[in-house]
This record gives sequence, C-alpha cells and structure tokens, in this order.
Amino acid sequence: MTLPEAGSAIPQCTVDFTQRTEYHQGLDAIKAAHKVLKEVSFIPSRPEKGYNGRSLHVDLSSLEVQEKPVTQQMKDLFIGGRGFGLWHLWNAVTPATRWNDPENEIIISPGPVAGITQYPGSGKSLVVSISPQTDIPIDSNVGGYFGPLLKFSGFDALELQGKAGQDVILFIDGQNGIIRVEAAPLEPVDSHVLAEILTRMYAVDEADRPNISVVCTGAAADHSLIGMLNFSWWDKRRGCVRLKQAGRGGIGTVFRDKRIRALVCRGPVVKADLNHPADFETLARTGIKLHKEIRTLDGSQCKMRRNGTAHIVEIMDAYDLLPTHNFQFGSHPDTHRIASDVWEARCSQATVDGCWYGCSLACAKGADGVVLRTGPYRGHTVTVDGPEYENAAGLGSNAGIFDPEWLLELNFYCDTYGICTITYGTLAAFVMECFQRGILNLERTGGLELVWGNAEADLEMMHQMARGEGFGVIAGQGVKKMKELFIANGWGDPKLIQDIGMECKGLEYSQYLSKESLAQQGGYALTNKGPQHDEAWVIFMDMVNKQLPTFEDKAEALYYFPLFRTWFGLNGFCKLPWNDIAPADNASTAEPAKIPEHVQNYLDLFSATTGIKIDKETMLVQSARVYNFQRVFNIRMGKGLRANDVPPYRSVGPVTREEYESRAERYDKQMVEDIGVDPAGKSLDEKIAITRTYRMDRYSKLCDAVYARRGWTADGVPTMARLRELGLDVLPEVVAIVRAHGG
Amino acid sequence: MRQLKINLPECDGGSHCAHECEQACATRVFKLDDGRFAALHIQQLASGEASAVICDQCGDCVAVCPTEALKRNKLGVVMIDKKLCVGCYMCVGFCEKGAFERLPDWLEPYKCTACGICVKACPHTALAIVDVPVPAPRII
Repeated sequence: MTLPEAGSAIPQCTVDFTQRTEYHQGLDAIKAAHKVLKEVSFIPSRPEKGYNGRSLHVDLSSLEVQEKPVTQQMKDLFIGGRGFGLWHLWNAVTPATRWNDPENEIIISPGPVAGITQYPGSGKSLVVSISPQTDIPIDSNVGGYFGPLLKFSGFDALELQGKAGQDVILFIDGQNGIIRVEAAPLEPVDSHVLAEILTRMYAVDEADRPNISVVCTGAAADHSLIGMLNFSWWDKRRGCVRLKQAGRGGIGTVFRDKRIRALVCRGPVVKADLNHPADFETLARTGIKLHKEIRTLDGSQCKMRRNGTAHIVEIMDAYDLLPTHNFQFGSHPDTHRIASDVWEARCSQATVDGCWYGCSLACAKGADGVVLRTGPYRGHTVTVDGPEYENAAGLGSNAGIFDPEWLLELNFYCDTYGICTITYGTLAAFVMECFQRGILNLERTGGLELVWGNAEADLEMMHQMARGEGFGVIAGQGVKKMKELFIANGWGDPKLIQDIGMECKGLEYSQYLSKESLAQQGGYALTNKGPQHDEAWVIFMDMVNKQLPTFEDKAEALYYFPLFRTWFGLNGFCKLPWNDIAPADNASTAEPAKIPEHVQNYLDLFSATTGIKIDKETMLVQSARVYNFQRVFNIRMGKGLRANDVPPYRSVGPVTREEYESRAERYDKQMVEDIGVDPAGKSLDEKIAITRTYRMDRYSKLCDAVYARRGWTADGVPTMARLRELGLDVLPEVVAIVRAHGG
Repeated sequence: MRQLKINLPECDGGSHCAHECEQACATRVFKLDDGRFAALHIQQLASGEASAVICDQCGDCVAVCPTEALKRNKLGVVMIDKKLCVGCYMCVGFCEKGAFERLPDWLEPYKCTACGICVKACPHTALAIVDVPVPAPRII
C-alpha cells in the first residue's frame, strides 16, 4: 500500500487483515511425533478473591510436577505477580547461581487482580528469572492470555526449574485437569509459526482457540543472550495468533537453555467473574467509567486506539528526546517518515486490538499484509505487531532507519526470532556507532556494512543471530559483552567504548534520551533490573514541565514512581491505562502527574477483588516490600550497590565533539549559569571535560538524595530500619545480607 | 435494518403516561417487574423537553466487542450472544447513547432488540419500528 505524506489526511487501511500466510499444513505430522514424557492430573479450580492458593512447580530435569501452597505470608509480603516471582526465585537459587544453572527458574505469575475483564489493561503476566545479561533477577510485564488462563486453570504461579533432556512442550489443560510434558521433536522454531500451529493443535475446535495461549521464543534465543518470550492470544477477527513480548533481560534464552520449546495453557471459557472478586459491582462500575473516559477523550489525548504507543514518536523528536544514532542526538529531519500518522495509516483500524479482554485502550495495533523481503520467510504475508514507540525509536531512529516498511520487517523478525526489540535497537545502534568510529569495520563484522540507516545489513545481522552465525552471534551477546570483547581485542579507545555503549548492570537502555534530564538519568540507572523506563519515566516532568527543580524533588519522584509502578506488576496490571488516558479534569488536581482519579480506581479494583481495603499509602508499602526485597536480592547476587548504579556517560552528557556542538548553546549556558565557568576561550575538549565533571558530580548527589529518600545507606543498601518498617525483618536471610553490607 | 424510533413531541417524555413502554419492556422482555430495568428510557427534562434513551442499532458496540458476541441478525438488529460475552462492558462504555445497559445481578449486559413490545404498549403511539439502511461501521 502507498503510505501518505506527512500531515496528509489518514486513509483507512485497505489491507485485508485476514490475508496472511498460514503454517498449519504440517500439523498432523508434527503432532504425531509428540511423545508424552509425563502426565499428571490435577483438580482445576477457580480463584477465590483473586487467589487459588496454590502454584505449580515443574522440574524439567526430573519431570516432577508438584503443587505448592501459596501461603498467607506470601500474599501479605509479596501480593502476587512480580512479588511471587521474586520470592520463588529467591528460594530456588543461591548467590552462586547463574542463568544457565539448572536451579535457575522462570516464574510466570499474573497477580490477584489479573484476569478481570472489566478494566482496561488487567491481563498481564509477570515473568521473573536470573538474567543471562545481568546475573541478577529480571522481571518482565507481558500481555497475552497465558497468565489469566493459568490462573483460571487453578494456579497463581508457574515455576519452571531444571533442564529437559530434549525439546519439550509443557501443556496445562485447565478444562480437563491434565498437565503433560511432551517431547516435541518436529516443532517449528519461530514464534509466529509455532504459536499458530500449537494453538490449532491443542484447541479441540475453532471455538476453543481463544482458550489457548502459547508461550514460546524463536531461533535467536538459541544463539544469543537476549532472547525474549512471546505470549500469544487468538485474534478472532484476524483469524490468527497475536503475540506480546516479555522482552527484557534474556528470559527467552533461559527458556531455551531449559530445552522448553513452548508452554501451552488451555484455560476455561472466560466469563466476567472467573476471578470470583469480593465486590463485582465495583469492578463493573470502575471499568465502565474508564471505558467512557477512553471513548470520550482518547481521540483528543494520546490516540492509543489508533496508534498505540507510537503516538509519541514525533513528540519525542520535537522535544529533542528521540534517541538518534545511538543516543547521540534527540531528533532527526526524517522522523516524519516514522511518525504516528504513518502508523495510523499502516495499522488496521477496523478491528479490536486489546491483548486481554476488556482493554478498550487497545494499543496492541497490528500492521497487516506485510510482505517480507528478506530471511527465511521472504515472500510471506504476515501481520506485524505494532510497532510500539520503543520499536519505532529503537529499530528506527536510533539506527538511522526511517523507512517504515523496513522497520516493520525488523520488528517482525525480532518478534518471531524471539529477540527483545528494545535490546536489539540499542545494541544495533551501538554496533553502528562503532562502525562509524572505526571500532568495527567490514573485516570485523564479516562483511556487514553496518552504517547508519542500512536496514538490510541490520536485518542480516539479525538473521545471523537466528542462524547462530557470524557477527550476529557477537551482537547477540549484548552491549556489555560486546564492550568487553572490543576492548579486549584492542579495537578502539576503551573509555569511548564504555561511554557510548548504552547499558547499565548489563541491560541495554530503553529508548529515551536522558542526557538533559538528571531525574531520568536516575530513573534509568537506579532501577533494580537495569535501565528500563517501566520503573520511572520522569523525563517530561523533569525536563519539559520543570516540575522537579531540586535534588529533593527529583528524589521524591524517584521514590514515588518506581514504587507506584511496581504495584502494577504485583497485581497483573498494564501501566498504560494509568496515564496514557487522563480524566478531563486531571490538570486541575493537586498532583496531575500522579493521575489521582486513576490511582483511586486501582485502589478500588484491588479492594473489590481481594476484599482487602487499602489506601494509597498501603499501596506504596506493598510495592516497597517487593522493591526493597529485589534490591537485597541484587546484593545477594553480587550487585545492587552504588557501584552498580553508575550509568554510561552517554546517558548523562555529551561524549563526543559533535554531540557537544549539536547542543552547544545549552551546554555553554549551563557552564555559565550552573557551573560558574566562562566557556569563552575554552577549547571544545576542555568544555566537554568540564561538563562531564559537573554532570557526574551532579549524578552522584542525586544518588545520595534518592538513597536517603528510599531509606538506603550511602552505598545503596536498604537499612535495617527500613526493613523493619516494611515488615521484611521476618526474613532472616534478607536481614543477614543487609547487616553484612552495613544496612 | 429494524430500528426503534420515537416521536418525542408525541411521547412528551412520559409526563402524560405511566411509562407503559418501559414497564412492558422490563416485564415482558426481561421478566423484571421494574420499568427502570427496561432497554429504553423516557423522561422529561427540567427544561420541559422530552428525552429518550433508545438504541438505534448503530453498531458501535459491534465494532468494539472483543469476542464477537455482538452481531447483527438478518434484520440488522444488534444481538448479544451471551455464551460468547466475557462481561467486559466495553459495549456499555462505548455506547454514546447510553443505551447498552447492565444490571448488578447479571454478568452480561443487555440492549434493545427492536422487538416492538414497547411500540404496542405506548398509549400515545409515539414509538414505531422502522426500516432504515444499515450504517457503515465506524472506526472508534
């Protein structure tokens, strides 16, 4: 189809969204090759007030399947979701455990509120594991139907431990009470094929397909450390499987290391009250209120129903925040080619795009009728998820790629190969800057000409990653390990390589330019799992709206928002319906950045589900328990201290001359007004050095302020007083770790 | 398609009747002896003008339903398949006329099916079933 010029009227997508290449021809032969390795029965149950009271543990080494009780202490301290995941993981591993040790687990838990169908964004699963990239716990929040269907089958969490001796599928049948581990020797590998085949294989008929959800990854997870997990749902209108991603930190790599080909859950037919909430009427009333708000206001606010999160591409560019050429710059003249009006035209509009029932914000857009031009699926017609903002920025502007069709192809192959788009975007941008600066060259990349904007070379690097060949294997180790390799090989100035490789704790940065926002620098580098914006996205509050002028203001924001956002992951919520839609009178409230009415909605939803009345202070305490527990967990695994919270300088200030010159007016002004140095007569290199010293000192002061506000020592260790305040002092090992580190 | 239509000047917002339309709908269609639970509502506004909440079968609810529980029947009337409904109430929230409703005791919402029972009950012949073209689906 022809894409419109920027600013022109948006035509309705003319692509037939049911048209695509199908992959179920070989299904019978694939199924016939399955061999049941283990089958056990269980009594399916429905949650009571959000909880079943049991979790499922599967040891893939011994094929032992075990039900475990969910204790009252677990619910009190950890709530569910990410909290349950971290608790199970804590009990499974030792400080010496690394990602590919058999005792490492993958835990999937949806949280007590997850699965309600009345409120937008209430079907999330939280996935936790020891990350191959960071060696500490990673948590990822993902849509798709698996978590809710798992819970409605009878389990509040699924623990996967051990390693299978061959490729296996774990099938949980919540309709018939059967759990099976099956050898799956002939299964296709990549997610868009595998999820479609397995959905058809395990559904008894067409009407049963919405009750099936598949978790799987793709070929790249076998050969890289950045593998992600796809969680599926059946898109009834399109007649195909859709995928949402648990992207960050390489959990897909752990999944394949355990020789899991896929998880399949067949849940019961979903109805309005399967979660058996304490007060259904409040859920219904609160949900309808937000549906009306979205219907009335989304078109004049974020247009999430039309564009998903890609609506902010041009906004980020306008504020000089769109990562461009590996976070060197914040805007680009070609951004209009990947702006929201392009995606609005390219994504099908006449359909329903929620990743769980009842999500009227419907950001899970799909670009239909994409005909692939490269790789093993060349010539196939496919539906591509999104692209979300992170993908448009990461795979697009950050690599200098502004062709929407290439961007869709990059997005597609990331998804089906099981590659995190955010991670890939940041590592590809790093590789391209290394190529620009001579750290890499054609010889070192095996002939890949990874210059800015070369989408075909970028895609070939991705195909290599999936095939386990060439430079793609090196790239698939992630930015941190590439830095180490390039420095060890003497390929460039070590300081420069460290400065421009955008990772912290081993995890790649997500796609916002934090250089001019001190609060966002902390929002990224002071995260538990590594630099991901789902903890604290304060860049607009700080840089654009100037709402955080002092260190104390920034520290307060970096206290409140990470805790508030943690709460979504405890309960199975999506963050987007919190602040990608706002009540009409929100601006006139005392704290508009917090969206107070929506905070109240969440308190009501929790209380109405569990029957436990909470207020906004209790909400923060619930989060703080898990947040501080995760910090101590990091310390237990050898990180989690001040030294691990240091960002690469590219995220703090201008590394190179061209970066300084691109914003010389801003930096010179800062030198005069904030540093007290006259830039006149100073060389460019002197000005870069002065700015660096000032900014890193400022970052250090921010750490002091944030640690103090969070109740941590100057080394970033939660204090005993904070543990007592949160009731975490009942966990002896947590206390011992804190004491050993001066907390 | 079949559509329930109201002549508001004739109706007068129920100021000169016993809301027979609502009563007939609630008792005969939904088996509930309370006109508040009807699938249409008439009232007189403070200004004296008549007002009505009536489904015109526009189909916006069909467009937002995630499970295809809402479909037009062969007469063009939007019908709900309760077996497919998951109780998300997007249809309720996205109905601009406020004509898709729910009851606390029911998991599935309900709406007017243009059955005509209210037409026969109206003492002022203000209601009618008419045949109008099916509107094009809207992108909402």
